[in-house]
Amino acid sequence: MNDDTWLVIPLYNEAAVIGEVVRHTRETFSKIVCVDDGSSDDSARQAEAAGAVVVRHPVNLGQGAALQTGFTYSLTDPKMRYVVTFDADGQHQIDDVLVMLERIRRGDVKVVFGSRFLDERTRPSALKKLVLRAAVGYTNATTHTKLTDAHNGLRVLERPVVERLDITQNRMAHASEIVAQIGSMEFDGRQVTYTEEPVHILYTDYSMSKGQSLWNSINILAELIWR
Amino acid sequence: MRQLVVQVVLIVGTLAVSWRLLLGYGQRAQALRRLGLLLFAAFAVWSILDPGVWTRLAKLVGIGRGADLILYGLVVAFFSFVVTTFKRFRDMEIRYTRLARRIAIDEVPPATQHPAVVGGQLHKATGAIEPGETAPETSGELPDGPEPALSPSLPTHEVGLPTAASHSSTVTPESARADDAP
Repeated sequence: MNDDTWLVIPLYNEAAVIGEVVRHTRETFSKIVCVDDGSSDDSARQAEAAGAVVVRHPVNLGQGAALQTGFTYSLTDPKMRYVVTFDADGQHQIDDVLVMLERIRRGDVKVVFGSRFLDERTRPSALKKLVLRAAVGYTNATTHTKLTDAHNGLRVLERPVVERLDITQNRMAHASEIVAQIGSMEFDGRQVTYTEEPVHILYTDYSMSKGQSLWNSINILAELIWR
Repeated sequence: MRQLVVQVVLIVGTLAVSWRLLLGYGQRAQALRRLGLLLFAAFAVWSILDPGVWTRLAKLVGIGRGADLILYGLVVAFFSFVVTTFKRFRDMEIRYTRLARRIAIDEVPPATQHPAVVGGQLHKATGAIEPGETAPETSGELPDGPEPALSPSLPTHEVGLPTAASHSSTVTPESARADDAP
């Protein structure tokens, strides 16, 4: 199933949920790579037992680094046409991925970003909304893109885009870096084509407890400015 | 009025130095930094022989005391140090991330041979992979190495090298044994 698609899941201390996430995802996608970013818990073994390819970082490097490792690994598969970036904590919906894949398979765009703000399904708190809006405002102002949600972990990328990506922001600023790098890509002398699809982010108690605090947005901003 | 002059000079100096160091990271920037250090040392010797030089210089640009001028100079120097150090750490981090990624990817079979992929559709019901195939013997060794160290890239980098050394040293006894065998 979906043999031309790789799901890249950065994994860091998610042993409680990753097994279930991988099992559920494997009902639809046979090719999943979990990049274990030096978890101190059982995450890597859980993911492996559930049927994912697990690439283990020898030391903790950060989510951005984990994504890039997943990209690099997926490129070892010559059949790979698309890469989906997916979260380990069960926030993302397979149905959304399928819609996004259908969109990219039409062939007129090379990237599909997920967005929480295109419909009313996702309900972030007012504060979270404010932070995300500010982040996307900054990203739009500093890159060649126009998006409604830049810090969404759900994306579908076509192989040529994956080949060109080189994420160096190891920590949280990688989301903006991905957007920036994609925004400045050119194919046949034209700017890369991309679009957004509405996605539903499920804020469970579990994901909320692991989510980013407001303080982290200050760190993201600092990392973006002094990159 | 003279105060304004020194303020403008210091602001422009601060910005220019940080800009220069931010942008220029090649040989020229390095050479400039070394020249600057040399000049600074020469001036330090001079000011030891003639301590009044700082005060005269300070008066010239409109600051009351020589000590203040030194302070301002130090602020600029410290700031540029922060900027270069940040940049150096960032480059170091990028390099050791690539090294770690290489190690991580080398330890798993490529996608075309990985049991989770090759047998992916066959074993869909169980979803299990033989643990021995994908978890090579090194998996027990690596987590013992440098544990999570995100921000201080320099120490991690230095600690990272012995890991590689210990990695190869684990090979040595085997080869020694192989030598003993015949």
